[in-house]
Amino acid sequence: MMALREVTRRFGETAVLHGISLEVAEGSFTSLLGPSGCGKSTTLRIMAGLDRPTTGRVLMDGRDVAELTPAERNVAMVFQSYALYPHLTVAQNIALPLAMRRMSRLERLPGLDRLLPSARAKRADQARRVASIAEMLGIEDLLQRKPGQLSGGQKQRVAVGRALVRDPSIFLLDEPLSNLDATLRVQMRAELAALHRRTEKSFVYVTHDQVEAMSMSDRVAVVLGGRIAQVGAPRDLYERPENRAVAAFIGAQPINLLDVAFAPGESSGPFAALAPRTASTTPLPARATVGIRPEHLVPAPGGAVRARLEAVEYLGAEVLLHLRADDGQALRALAPGDYAPPAPGSEIALAFEPRHVHVFDATSGARLALGLERAAA
Amino acid sequence: MRRLSRAGRDALTDLWLAGPATVMMIVLIFVPVAIVALLSFTDYQFGARSFRFVGLENYTTLFTDPIGRRAVTNTLLYVAVVIPFSMGLALLVAMALHEMATWSRMLSNVLRAAYFLPVAATLVAMALAWQMLLHPSIGLFNAVLSHLGFPRQDLLSDRGLVLYTLAAIGIWQTIGYNMVLFLAGLAAIPRHLYEAAEVDGADRPWERFWTVTWPMLGPTTLFVAVITATQSFRVFETVATLTDGGPAFASETLVYALYREGFVYFKAGYASAITMVFFAFVLALTLLQFRILERRVHYK
Repeated sequence: MMALREVTRRFGETAVLHGISLEVAEGSFTSLLGPSGCGKSTTLRIMAGLDRPTTGRVLMDGRDVAELTPAERNVAMVFQSYALYPHLTVAQNIALPLAMRRMSRLERLPGLDRLLPSARAKRADQARRVASIAEMLGIEDLLQRKPGQLSGGQKQRVAVGRALVRDPSIFLLDEPLSNLDATLRVQMRAELAALHRRTEKSFVYVTHDQVEAMSMSDRVAVVLGGRIAQVGAPRDLYERPENRAVAAFIGAQPINLLDVAFAPGESSGPFAALAPRTASTTPLPARATVGIRPEHLVPAPGGAVRARLEAVEYLGAEVLLHLRADDGQALRALAPGDYAPPAPGSEIALAFEPRHVHVFDATSGARLALGLERAAA
Repeated sequence: MRRLSRAGRDALTDLWLAGPATVMMIVLIFVPVAIVALLSFTDYQFGARSFRFVGLENYTTLFTDPIGRRAVTNTLLYVAVVIPFSMGLALLVAMALHEMATWSRMLSNVLRAAYFLPVAATLVAMALAWQMLLHPSIGLFNAVLSHLGFPRQDLLSDRGLVLYTLAAIGIWQTIGYNMVLFLAGLAAIPRHLYEAAEVDGADRPWERFWTVTWPMLGPTTLFVAVITATQSFRVFETVATLTDGGPAFASETLVYALYREGFVYFKAGYASAITMVFFAFVLALTLLQFRILERRVHYK
């Protein structure tokens, strides 16, 4: 198990990480999800031992590994650029970690590795291991090629093979799919997930692509501005974002975030027909940000939200409606693909389920325990 | 007038762009080389009204005459010393300065400039400084030697040492240039490869060098080797200013012999033969380096 405790990292004057604490449970597939420059790669590099935290601790199985090199931590890493050695064949690339680990310097000498009996035995053993890995990844035919002769997807597989070969304690993947084309990305996504199931090792996966993070991981840590904004199962992130930033970041269609004023029993703007409902102990804020995802806001006769239609985007499976509420705030709603939108300018009634409404503090952005329900007429 | 077809116009553009340089190449390089090649089979003397074809006589003289042979072997020895040392030291310096830039950019840059100075300076002027440094009685080098209790050495007049002294100056002069090339090569190595090597367990400096640095510097090394080889084959200024090929032809080299035969004795035929031999050596060495190395450095 790998854990970060209050890890910070500064580069000169710039603070990149502000106290990251994260636990990667044994055997879990944890994604670090965030926009570029949020510090997710730095976090991964600190886990790997390629970078060291300015303050804070890195623990593996409860042991502080600050002084250990990546090799001593026995981590495996797959880089975005694959980082294959261009002068070595695919087989040599995959075997290199084994050779570095299990052979003495003398045994690794070119030429001598064919003469020394011990080196020959080890080389043969490595060749068997490489062959079995190659078979698992479907790259048996490529073993004698150089990386320069491979396509992106093939390089990706070789990089994964090199990570797999020495039975690491944890796999660290730094945006491994971002250089692949869309079709291949979908395919490799499934393969990596299958690989995770088969190896039963911990995977830490850095990505800026929420689809990758949501579809493969059992836990996602959303990293925003050098802090972990929320950690949880993909479903939690989507259904119960802890704050406005996470709500805004997660979701294929950007969430509607509306500024709403509250008074006991009444709400403003598009939610005028709804009344705020809080637990009796919590005070009702005067203003808050109400978030509702476009896909949860569907046209329905008698819906509680009313807005004027401005533009329509037909997406095939869905129709994206651009709307404007009476108080001038923009709204987006997602209707089924067969929805026939009325003429622009007409008013539409939209419905949603109460559990799909997220209310956030207007200043801090933290989630509030506040719901909206139909006001008693 | 009919307009040219598109392909025709493209071809015309290509001709316009490549033509002038090609003509100049032919007139200024290929034709003279052909004339020199022709002259090398004659006894032509510069300024003479006639010449006669002597076949391979000039070449046999060069390879049988003790002085001619001396020039050939000296040059090969000089090249054999300068290439490995200049390249090896330049690589060491480049790696040190590249590493140093991570903790003191300033110091690294100052040292870079210092190492590059000999390249920028005129070798003839620098030779004067070397002459002073190596002077048997007033030179700094001998002052240090005798201070340390070693016998004084006349490095420029000792038959056994003079060629190595010139080679040392040659190395000193080429390190800076090679260092700059190696620095560029080092800067182009992707950082991820070092990180991959670190993760894979190649984390000691020596392993890092063999796993990443040396293989990735392949193309640079090939280029540096070719440049250094052609440059050291041309050794002339130090010979002309410091030793005149002496003592007793101990520091005679091909280009210096060529200069003396051609411009002092006006033996144009013989000088042409030396030129052709010189040319053949450089060409052979370059081809050899490309043949052996190119396949190994581009990893295709």
